[in-house]
Amino acid sequence: MLKSHSAAHYCLGIESTADDFSVGIASFDGKILANVINAYVPEKGGIHPREAARHHTEVAGKVLAEAFQRAKVRPQDISTVAFSQGPGLGPCLRTGATAARALASYLGVPLVGVNHCVAHIEIGKLVADARDPVALYVSGGNTIVSAFEAERYRVFGETLDIAVGNCLDVFAREAGLHRKEGMPLGAIVEELASCGQTLISLPYTVKGMDLSFSGLLTAAVQLLHDEKHGIEDVCFSLQEVAFSMLTEVTERALAHTEKPEILLTGGVAANKRLQSMLKSVAEEHKVRFCMLPKQYALDNGAMIAWTGILAYKHHVTLPIEKSFVKLKWRLDEVPIPWVGG
Amino acid sequence: MLIKKGAEANLYLKDWHGHKVIMKQRPPKKYRVPTLDKAIRFYRTIHESQLIHKAKETGVPTPTIFMVDIAKTTIIMEFVEGKQIKQILNDLSSKDRQYLCCHIGALIGKLHNHGIIHSDLTTSNMILTPQNKVVFVDFGLSEQSKELEVKGVDLHLMKRALQSTHYKHVSECFDAIMGGYTRVVGDNVAREVLKKIQEIERRGRYVSER
Repeated sequence: MLKSHSAAHYCLGIESTADDFSVGIASFDGKILANVINAYVPEKGGIHPREAARHHTEVAGKVLAEAFQRAKVRPQDISTVAFSQGPGLGPCLRTGATAARALASYLGVPLVGVNHCVAHIEIGKLVADARDPVALYVSGGNTIVSAFEAERYRVFGETLDIAVGNCLDVFAREAGLHRKEGMPLGAIVEELASCGQTLISLPYTVKGMDLSFSGLLTAAVQLLHDEKHGIEDVCFSLQEVAFSMLTEVTERALAHTEKPEILLTGGVAANKRLQSMLKSVAEEHKVRFCMLPKQYALDNGAMIAWTGILAYKHHVTLPIEKSFVKLKWRLDEVPIPWVGG
Repeated sequence: MLIKKGAEANLYLKDWHGHKVIMKQRPPKKYRVPTLDKAIRFYRTIHESQLIHKAKETGVPTPTIFMVDIAKTTIIMEFVEGKQIKQILNDLSSKDRQYLCCHIGALIGKLHNHGIIHSDLTTSNMILTPQNKVVFVDFGLSEQSKELEVKGVDLHLMKRALQSTHYKHVSECFDAIMGGYTRVVGDNVAREVLKKIQEIERRGRYVSER
């Protein structure tokens, strides 16, 4: 049942690929009306998929209710429900998918499966007003340099092993650092790095436009065990090398594609040092540097809602019986009919 | 005259004692801390000129190096007339494309046989001359290694370059490249390298067959 003639159209988007459960509501003309994010914070260690999924189940009702309240939209005003179908952690994805399927069939509206990486780029374009950027998407699970080329977001560079956020997180845990209130581990590494001065030699691994962080992580952890250097200098060196690699690859993609903008997104996008490096490259190439407010750079429901709208408008909907999650769904597998050119 | 402002180097077309040359200069990058910046630029300048020369010894055409100025992180080398493979590959007939890719594969095989890893195999780094020679350029990221892993990554990058720039002909081109490669390195090595490439692909994030 399509509700095609109500005055305003809204999409509700559910994001649950990893540690965040988030619900966003957007209007078809591109206004974000709600973006409620509820993060699972493990007591120690990394994200345990099952524990994170349990968290998502527990907060789902509350987050949904809060999103409706903030958006001042009634459930019956929703024209379509979108959810992140992948890539991500299986148990987490399934929780979001289950909520989305239930909601869509209860409301009798179509379901849209959204690729999480596409959503990061689309919300970036909407919020930062970017038209056709080279996008650097850096988080705990992803490290991708991409740009639009012939119907897809093509992956120009990506990590050959672990994501940069993962590298920083694991390093921080190995160093015995703890999250503080409102500060993820990456931010603590950043804070320590800002007090570092001496660059210690670490492996710098760029292969073509692809990157590798596992050797860098091992070497940085080794430095910790050697106890010859202060933690500040190790953090400083780790950040300088990792971010120089990212910036170099982004610059290569920019030189190759000649796009007019650089878009920085994902959890690691909050790092000021990385921002300043990319800004410097943007200035050198006379292109615009686009950054996002944190709530749109981190995993969020608004990006799923907005991308859901783009897909829905192009009739890319998903029958419930085919709405299985795709744990390894690559960015460059997704046709993007809504971008011209 | 500046002919290309690349990500890490600028290429100038110059007249140098009567020769038409490319001056490849690696300018400082403001985004990097000076220590790291200098180390990377020095290393790549030295390494590139050495490996361009070594590659030539293995029978792979590369530009002739005329001068290396390490302090200025500058290499002066022969200007290679011709067209980038990137510009012509999509427009060739299927037969010609396969023939050309097979030849490229054979050249990669020669490099690998001698432990030279290009590390940036893209169709913009290969030039087809009017004499129908394929010249490999830009050895800025290359390294010396005989490890299977590194050879695998090298070819994986070639495939990735095909995927982003020649997405309509990926399997045709890559199969032909591997054909030429196999002829040079032999069936056994080629089989091992192919296995490695598949392993590397599975290692990447979000690969469906993992």
